[in-house]
Amino acid sequence: MSESIRALCMPKWGLSMKEGTVAAWLMDEGDEVSPGDEVMDVETEKISSAVESPDGGVLRRRVAEEGETLPVGAILGVLADEDASDADIDAFVEEFQANYVPPADDEEDTGTATEVVEVSGRSIRYLKRGQDGVPVILVHGFGGDLNNWLFNHEALAAKRAVYALDLPGHGSSDKDVGEGSVAALAGVLAGFLDALGIDKAHFVGHSLGGAIVLKTAIDHPGKTASLTLIGSAGLGPDINDSYLSGFISAERRKDLKPHVEQLFSDPALVTRQLINDLLAFKRIDGVQAALETIKAAFAPDGCQALIMRDEIEKLDIPILVVWGSGDQIIPVSHSEGLPSSLRVEVMGGQGHMVQMEAASEINKLIDDLIG
Amino acid sequence: MARTISYQQAIGEALDQEMARDETVVIMGEDVAGGAGSPGEDDAWGGVLGVTKGLYGKYGDRVMDTPITESAFIGAAVGAATAGLRPVAELMFIDFMGVCFDQIFNQAAKFRYMFGGKAETPVVIRTMYGAGFRAAAQHSQCLYPVFTHIPGLKVVTPATPYDAKGLLIQSIRDNDPVIFCEHKALYTIEGDVPEEAYAIPFGEANVTREGDDVSIVTLGRMVHVAEEAATALEKDGISCEIVDLRTTSPMDEDTIIETVENTGRLVVLDESNPRCSIATDVAALVSQEAFSALKAPIRMVTAPHVPVPFADNLEDLYIPDSGQVQQAVRTVMGKD
Repeated sequence: MSESIRALCMPKWGLSMKEGTVAAWLMDEGDEVSPGDEVMDVETEKISSAVESPDGGVLRRRVAEEGETLPVGAILGVLADEDASDADIDAFVEEFQANYVPPADDEEDTGTATEVVEVSGRSIRYLKRGQDGVPVILVHGFGGDLNNWLFNHEALAAKRAVYALDLPGHGSSDKDVGEGSVAALAGVLAGFLDALGIDKAHFVGHSLGGAIVLKTAIDHPGKTASLTLIGSAGLGPDINDSYLSGFISAERRKDLKPHVEQLFSDPALVTRQLINDLLAFKRIDGVQAALETIKAAFAPDGCQALIMRDEIEKLDIPILVVWGSGDQIIPVSHSEGLPSSLRVEVMGGQGHMVQMEAASEINKLIDDLIG
Repeated sequence: MARTISYQQAIGEALDQEMARDETVVIMGEDVAGGAGSPGEDDAWGGVLGVTKGLYGKYGDRVMDTPITESAFIGAAVGAATAGLRPVAELMFIDFMGVCFDQIFNQAAKFRYMFGGKAETPVVIRTMYGAGFRAAAQHSQCLYPVFTHIPGLKVVTPATPYDAKGLLIQSIRDNDPVIFCEHKALYTIEGDVPEEAYAIPFGEANVTREGDDVSIVTLGRMVHVAEEAATALEKDGISCEIVDLRTTSPMDEDTIIETVENTGRLVVLDESNPRCSIATDVAALVSQEAFSALKAPIRMVTAPHVPVPFADNLEDLYIPDSGQVQQAVRTVMGKD
């Protein structure tokens, strides 16, 4: 049987994904596929997205049917060279199906378990995927958590270790945010690296997380191999203050939903489950106060307090700035007028959560930047 | 971080965390410590089902065993609430509530109103309800509609461990009297519950399953019966949306109307007896506010209008089951 025959499988997006439903095939049998191409749309109870092909080749077989719900790791299609025979493809699918064991419901998946590390008296939750190399650190934004990277984490981890953490006051990390400023949170991030024995890292930050990694790079240039700033804070004064206030104050689904919809270019991505997860987070004792403290330090009077345009010029590292042209939280205009040494990419039609909605492009850009 | 614990543990954890946070929170009831005269903390029983086990050792006199006189200790809890404590009184079976109706209906429920908004009565009455335990007619009723009827009381009926913890914490922090109803059959069910304290606001129903064809509005133990029915119906291509009310007072009318406008068909599933129940209340609301959205008459699935039978086979027939729900759904779909 040809070595070149490879299975395209149901991906695992985030810790809780057990199965996905094939919404639509985006490619036909016989189409040429390059690594990173979107092959099909898959819906889960939390989110919908396109499945990217990890490999190149010809899509020889569409195994999964539209509307079919399949567990993580199940075969969706077959990639192979043109010279592989149909009989070989049939045999490959048959063998895959015979050997495939769906993940058990109660099985502890050690590959996707989060860990906790103590950083200056606070417990910080993180998820590590991949091994070796100069690691990548993914830092989410205001009100987010490490799951904001569910479409990026695995793809980036193919070539090196990738860590995503929950900032203080977020996810399952400690709810004590100290003074809550960008500088204070950057201090926690530096402490996180020290606690894990990481000397140097590629930092990727989204929104508030962008300002935090930028501040970390300025304060600790020796720790920083490169910076990727996505819809980033810290590059201008404007910020959608009604979003920040509304996100903090909303206690009910109906109040929260319109605010969260502003994050995405496609509001249909804001599922009931996504809102329920956010509400469950916001209800935990201490979260409200943590978010208020961060907002008061980060965006007092409706404007960002810390703008680092002057300092960014002095950084002698590769820097990538990515923005959605339709970002409703931090305006795309903040990507203009930056030093020419920076690579600036504006994604047409995208919103603030561009790393989720245009994951494959962003993953490619980050891979290009850090090599 | 969330981990899996039981409904019973979730309630005990809520009590523990609120007692640690606020020293005005006290617990009183029959056997909640372990019984007067027992040697003490080590073998303290912690209520008939062990929900409060461990709290006496931790909080001592803030966990008070009472005589078997509901009228006296519920009255004491109401009075203590008006005087600055936050008592959580455990009234073993909701069926016994009758002997203290004056304390609850005429006193606790009325103080805020009759004292011009100046009085607060932050008392929680925890109580077991529901059939299925071969405990006969005086220990098996679903009496939450009786309390829902009274303005001034808040009524809570959690269906999952997550909701039990978050709603009990909200009940304790709430400044009005709350009747917190725990279904006997749910104590052993397990689910993901955060270790941290959190409060779920009252009057926010939970859509536990999204669907297009029929809405099943339900509460408490019946949420799980609805899930079972919906899973079976899905195989026949019928898609059900399930709304768990979580609290019957206040009741999330918006979500009820929204789901009926989405599906156009309504089955109300309620374990209580059918007259003047949550089922009739929801059906009346939808008839009045969303009649034009309805494609078929509303169906109610409830217990019959009889006391809970003691005979095993009759009690099994008494409790609404998945088959009855499926039948009602098929009826509103015009497929029976």
